[in-house]
Amino acid sequence: MLNVLDSAVPIACWSCSVGHTDSTLFCPHCSKIQPPPGGDFFQVFGLERKFQIDLPAMEHEFHRLSRKVHPDRFARAGENERQWSLADTALLNDAYRTLKDPLFRTEYLLKLEGAEIGEEHAGKDRKGQKDPSRVPADLLEEVFELNMQLEEMRMARKMGEDDPQLKADLQQAERKFESLLGAVDNDLHEQWKMWDAGDAATRQTAQKTMVALLDRRRYLSNLVRDVAETLGA
Amino acid sequence: MAEGRVVGIDLGTTNSLVAYMQGDAPVVIPGVDGSNLVPSVVALDPVPPGGGRPTVTVGNTARKALIETPERVIYSVKRLMGRGLGEIQNELKMFPFRLADDAEAGEVPRIQLGELRFTPPEISAYILRQLKRNAERFFGAPVTQAVITVPAYFNDAQRQATKDAGRMAGLDVLRLVNEPTAAALAYGLDRAKEGTIAVYDLGGGTFDISILKLRDGIFEVQSTNGDTHLGGDDIDNLLLAIALDEIHAEHGVDLRSHPGAVQALRKAAIDAKISLSSESVARFDIELPNGDRYQREIPRDVFELLIEPVLNRTAGPCKQALADAGITAEQIDEVVLVGGSTRIPAVRELVDELFQLSPRGKRPHIELNPDEVVALGAAVQADILAGASKTTEEMLLLDVTPLSLGIEALGGTVARIIQRNSTIPASATEHFTTGVDGQTNVAIHVVQGERELAADCRSLARFDLRGIPPMSAGLPRIEVKFLIDADGILQVTAREQRSGQAANIEVKPTYGLTDEQVESMILDSFDNAEADFAKRLLIEARNEAETILSAVERAPQSPAWAALTGEEQAAIFAARDRLQSVKLGEDAKAIRDATLALDQATRRFAELMMEAAVSTAIRGKTMEAAGDDLGAAVTAPHPMAAAEFK
Repeated sequence: MLNVLDSAVPIACWSCSVGHTDSTLFCPHCSKIQPPPGGDFFQVFGLERKFQIDLPAMEHEFHRLSRKVHPDRFARAGENERQWSLADTALLNDAYRTLKDPLFRTEYLLKLEGAEIGEEHAGKDRKGQKDPSRVPADLLEEVFELNMQLEEMRMARKMGEDDPQLKADLQQAERKFESLLGAVDNDLHEQWKMWDAGDAATRQTAQKTMVALLDRRRYLSNLVRDVAETLGA
Repeated sequence: MAEGRVVGIDLGTTNSLVAYMQGDAPVVIPGVDGSNLVPSVVALDPVPPGGGRPTVTVGNTARKALIETPERVIYSVKRLMGRGLGEIQNELKMFPFRLADDAEAGEVPRIQLGELRFTPPEISAYILRQLKRNAERFFGAPVTQAVITVPAYFNDAQRQATKDAGRMAGLDVLRLVNEPTAAALAYGLDRAKEGTIAVYDLGGGTFDISILKLRDGIFEVQSTNGDTHLGGDDIDNLLLAIALDEIHAEHGVDLRSHPGAVQALRKAAIDAKISLSSESVARFDIELPNGDRYQREIPRDVFELLIEPVLNRTAGPCKQALADAGITAEQIDEVVLVGGSTRIPAVRELVDELFQLSPRGKRPHIELNPDEVVALGAAVQADILAGASKTTEEMLLLDVTPLSLGIEALGGTVARIIQRNSTIPASATEHFTTGVDGQTNVAIHVVQGERELAADCRSLARFDLRGIPPMSAGLPRIEVKFLIDADGILQVTAREQRSGQAANIEVKPTYGLTDEQVESMILDSFDNAEADFAKRLLIEARNEAETILSAVERAPQSPAWAALTGEEQAAIFAARDRLQSVKLGEDAKAIRDATLALDQATRRFAELMMEAAVSTAIRGKTMEAAGDDLGAAVTAPHPMAAAEFK
């Protein structure tokens, strides 16, 4: 679906036959709805590929386009137009959902730029990352300690025992890893700025850094979730 | 308008309604008995003398048959929609329905009604057809397009089953709309609102919570959650179970083997529940078959303790919906209450607490009748789809899918491809390949739900990608596009990219009817293809007139007749004479008006008859005898008028 087009291919409008570029939901000439365009999610909103985007402006554009393209506007139209409206609106919604979320957007743009992302953020990694080779080096010791504590906590729970000290330790660890998560988010933000403003070489470096930061973030958020689940159980 | 009207239908667990946009305001279309609510009850009349297929009745007339011939009546069928045989076993313990005895795993369950069997969509289709007829009678013109509401938390199969029912009833279902969203539309119409609202919808059988952002006429759902098996029915069943147990323990009478008596007791339980919304004590006082009386007071505080576990089950979904929308309770600007069960004071207290309303000086919105607000909203959406009105041209509803869509991966885990609360239509594209050289089929299992393992989610469909060109393992690249449409229903397309061949897909829904089955169940095609619409209206009007006239003819033989005043009796005779004089004319409307007038005149008589029937059934008379006693009331259109709040 992400067949990124270097140059827009001219296409004739099905209704008025006037040519237009393959990145528009509507014919610029006769305003009729067009089959789903082949461009990327940024093109749907007429945006440049950037990590930092003007969210309120994008929301406004999302609403404007939704009013025009939504299947509710085509309930009594012909079969083709109804199908295109459905496909176009799905594309619009997919694009908006992906771009409005900072992490989804980061992963999406990195992939568009050809970066290899480990596991996607999008919920496919619900099982905790237990692969020890993926533990960030600087966290090895703490993660080892934390896993021991988690195991103890689960055992204590099973036996119906309450260990206030252990609980306090875990809560402290939770706070610590949460603050590390915050730090990763800050770092990501910095890399966004560098990439958005930078030349090709800067972008290459920023891209690599972001891929690593996303890995670290995924690892940390799994840890925080594990702790929260164990404490909340 | 060349294309005719689009009506909005609330197909409810307990009651169903049809509404339309009259100018710039939605209004409910009443039935022939003048009532806005059509009870979602379907009854099979006795086999006509000489054989043939018995007629099906819907609504108040059918509800009365619950006590008389419970084995020929079904209610709350919405709870069975889109569900498999295994899933409804628990449901059936609480309801007096019997499955067809030849039911097989994997097929849509069929309910035994008298000597016939019906799938849940067929039963719903009868209700829809009644609403369609009510609308056609009202407009004097055919109605073929509708918007139907469903609980927001309905899954794919439940939605598909609802659409199938519409098709069987001869309706082109332009859109399924989520009930809480419809309610928000009804509320949002008369005031240009901005802000975040929560819709708390506790109906007869389902609970939904939806959080919406309103801006510039766009109603954007942020999150939704709920429980498709939680509602007023559960409260009725609690009260009923207590009464049955106490009657058994204290009086040695097991009423469970008397379906008619159980239904009469259920009616008493519902009345008690309703009165407890305004009174501090409700009373059961029922004569038992052995002559004993079962007398019991239920103080409101005892009732509230009893139902607390049921109500508390709504708290979790509310909290999850807030979390998914990324907001706190304090950020909710308005709360809208929908569904009859939100009349219960304890429900209102819970909502107040969940959304921190009183501390912020706020109150929930209850201005619109909670029984009607969903139908009114459906009418607004119907108007939006018709696209012909200034009132709604700036309005747009952006709804979400309530459940995540996933594919079963290796090891039985779920790979999620569309997250819950994604705005619909939504799509996801996945690529599949083969694991063995020369493999030409790939099987895909699609599930819906939030659990980690496919076995814990709801199986939605199994797809077989067939006709893959034989290649080395891992070489084919099959692109499968999953698309959830604006009704919340999944569509799938696939193609093999290397060979450019479109792979054949054979969709085998885990639950549900095939297209062919739906076609074969379309209710009397006569209904759809009919040329002479006016003639049918006239025939129907005459039939209704005959029904009520023959009931009135027998009325003086009933003991209840003596309880009427001379004036009341005279009014009934006058209305009868009027109907008899217009009945043979060609004016369907005059006949209907006269029928309605006679119906009004006999209302009190019908209520007296019903009271007599309830106590007769509880005294344990045989059903046949009870039927004889019912006499005239059997055919009166409103023997058990909908309970209303003062």
